[in-house]
Amino acid sequence: MSNIVIDSDKCKACYLCVKECPKNLIKISNKTNNLGNKVVEFCDPNKECLGCAMCATRCPDLAITEVYKG
Amino acid sequence: MATQVFKIPETLRKNAKYTFCPGCDHGVAIRLVAEVLDELGLKDKAILAASIGCSVTSYDFLNVDALEAPHGRALAEATGIKRALPDKFVFTYQGDGDFASIGLAESMHAALRGENLSAICINNTTYGMTGGQLGPTTLMGQVTTTSPSGRNAEYYGYPIKIAEHIALCDGTAFSARVSLDSVPNIRKAKQAIKKAFEVQIKGLGFGFVEILSSCPTNWRMTPDKAHERVRTEMIEVFKPGIYKDITTEIEG
Repeated sequence: MSNIVIDSDKCKACYLCVKECPKNLIKISNKTNNLGNKVVEFCDPNKECLGCAMCATRCPDLAITEVYKG
Repeated sequence: MATQVFKIPETLRKNAKYTFCPGCDHGVAIRLVAEVLDELGLKDKAILAASIGCSVTSYDFLNVDALEAPHGRALAEATGIKRALPDKFVFTYQGDGDFASIGLAESMHAALRGENLSAICINNTTYGMTGGQLGPTTLMGQVTTTSPSGRNAEYYGYPIKIAEHIALCDGTAFSARVSLDSVPNIRKAKQAIKKAFEVQIKGLGFGFVEILSSCPTNWRMTPDKAHERVRTEMIEVFKPGIYKDITTEIEG
């Protein structure tokens, strides 16, 4: 099962990953981190994640720390 | 069983938190450098000659030995390090202002001497750290804090095409320009960085990569719009590609 791990504390709310995800699984949440940014969250109820790592490749702040494909 | 396809490179400091602005491509470029150092097994023998500008913070994040150079003199310093310690892997990580404006003589002559070094230059068409002034690579018509009516040739001259100039130097082994505007281009950028590092390992000469990057803060754009600008305006002028690669000349 493909999956990603997000470190919310590093998210700077550029939302580049939101646009990059081919399945639109990354959404802007209502949570705020200690930098004061509205962070992104990964919602994949139907297990659609491809494990393509495009989000992690695009993220300029290392906030997406791990991607698993399977 | 899921396999891990992405992880934070080991050459980056543990729990590294970038201090760049939101959406800044420096973060991606530094991660690519770290990934390549990991893959080539250079972590323990690499020495970074750091520069001035936003790129200066690279030594806060890359877990390699580093020495800070005066503005523009990273390649002069790197030359000294490499000649004294030829077994080490020596590279620079510079911005366009550092590499191609104040440091143009040092950069060009390092290439002309064919120093066995690798240099990465981030081109974002402006001086990022000091507040978005006109730089050597500022595009024609671009509004900056020191060219409020846009760059015109009469007052400010023309932008420099760094990768082409470095490719003209006889000591250059590899010179390429890549872009970070999209995921496929980020992957190509990593290949180019790897090549520039490999020519040093093989002792072939100077390896250089110019990386087109966005500066959302000083361009006063959202990160997404800034990438759009790289795609539409910058790539028109600064054409990505490999301008010199002596490894293919040797092989083919």
